[in-house]
Amino acid sequence: MSAPIIEFKNVKKCFGETVIFSDFNFKVEENEIVSIIGPSGSGKSTLLRILMTLEGIDGGYINVAGESLWHMPWQGQHVPANNKHLHKMRNHLGMVFQHFNLFPHMTVKRNITEAPMRVKGVSRAEAEEFAEKLLQLVGLADKADSYPNDLSGGQKQRVGIARALAMKPSILLLDEITSALDPELVDEVLDVIRNLVKEESFTMLLVTHEMYFAREISDRVCFFDKGAIVEEGEPEAIFTQPKEERTKAFLNAYIGQ
Amino acid sequence: MNGFHWDWAFTWEVFPMILTAAKVTLLATLLGSIFAIVMGLVFALLRRSNSRTLRISIYWVVEFIRSTPLLVQIFFLYYVMPEFGISMSPLATGVFALGLHYGAYLSEVFRSGIDGIEKGQWEAARALNLTIVDTYKDIVLPQAIRPMIPATGNYIIAMFKETPQLSAITLLEMLQMAKIIGSENFRYLEPFTLVGILYLVFSLLAAYGIHQVERRFPKEGFSLK
Repeated sequence: MSAPIIEFKNVKKCFGETVIFSDFNFKVEENEIVSIIGPSGSGKSTLLRILMTLEGIDGGYINVAGESLWHMPWQGQHVPANNKHLHKMRNHLGMVFQHFNLFPHMTVKRNITEAPMRVKGVSRAEAEEFAEKLLQLVGLADKADSYPNDLSGGQKQRVGIARALAMKPSILLLDEITSALDPELVDEVLDVIRNLVKEESFTMLLVTHEMYFAREISDRVCFFDKGAIVEEGEPEAIFTQPKEERTKAFLNAYIGQ
Repeated sequence: MNGFHWDWAFTWEVFPMILTAAKVTLLATLLGSIFAIVMGLVFALLRRSNSRTLRISIYWVVEFIRSTPLLVQIFFLYYVMPEFGISMSPLATGVFALGLHYGAYLSEVFRSGIDGIEKGQWEAARALNLTIVDTYKDIVLPQAIRPMIPATGNYIIAMFKETPQLSAITLLEMLQMAKIIGSENFRYLEPFTLVGILYLVFSLLAAYGIHQVERRFPKEGFSLK
């Protein structure tokens, strides 16, 4: 069996006095789709933010694609990573945010082509061609020249997905991507992910409150509480026969299981 | 009683001289503004540096410049710096002093403009692996500029109105010219009134121009193709 593409080893993370993870261990295999569910404040989003290098760690190690994310080798030792190392490691990852975080002063097309051109040195023609393909994939081929403020929430999030995919990450992180949307717009975003999963192989980590979607799309579901994985397993097992009382209580509250 | 008497012939005679000096005033303001914007941006970016020592050092530099009178800074640059082998013309001294002084004020404007950019924009830039230079250049500054325009414009107009202080180091700007004309002709009413009117006209024009720039600037920021 190959090494996991993501591995947390004894990770510690605090925000001031508040401990989020004290001794956290977690693995994700290549091309595995893992949904993370749990109550607010349980550390779900922090997990993704640490992977995307938006938050540092206070202890332990994280490996991504066989290399340490937050550390690097230097003179035979593991030392905290410098910007160059983090820059290299970020190439493995792409993230879609809850609040889209599109660049409002750029057109949809420019939002998607900016990073490939700047970071990967892709030519404008090539970047725009790929952007058009991505916009077709997310059903927004006619919105290439629109600005984010002219789009609905669902459309913005679909652009956010296209923008993350434009960097061709091997790991896609989806942080509550439907939480900021009106209920009628949720499905158009989830359909994009459904189609994406059908067409491409991805390692995907999604934090979500859409339980039916997590059940439908995931290879594994992890229930988080207080910075720890309380229960994990195949979606059917988690959603139909949860073993832990905390999981049962959460799912009952959510879906009236 | 010395009655009020406006001499139109004298007015037309001295007006070209005042206008010539106005060019010096405008040049000092223009170059001073450019220098102030550059210095303000440098100070603002250094205040956001990862190095605590650098942040604190720049904070005190800015506070020192803001807390001491412009005239003292002008005199220091013009009369003291030559003792250290740095000698500049009155115009260069004026531009340097105005730029430094107003750069310190502008740094606060720029800093608050940059701070006003949503955290999500920085995070998206990092998630897309943009460098810090690209993040500032392509994401942050294009969005931060519009809110900075009114305050920046006000400081530039304030700078323009402070240029008479450069007469203290013999720069032949508008006020200095009016003083010379007045003392040579024993008539101060016309030259000083003309100077006042020109300051008013230029200030109003600048305020209008700044308002137009702000009005036409895209609300979301601009994007370089």
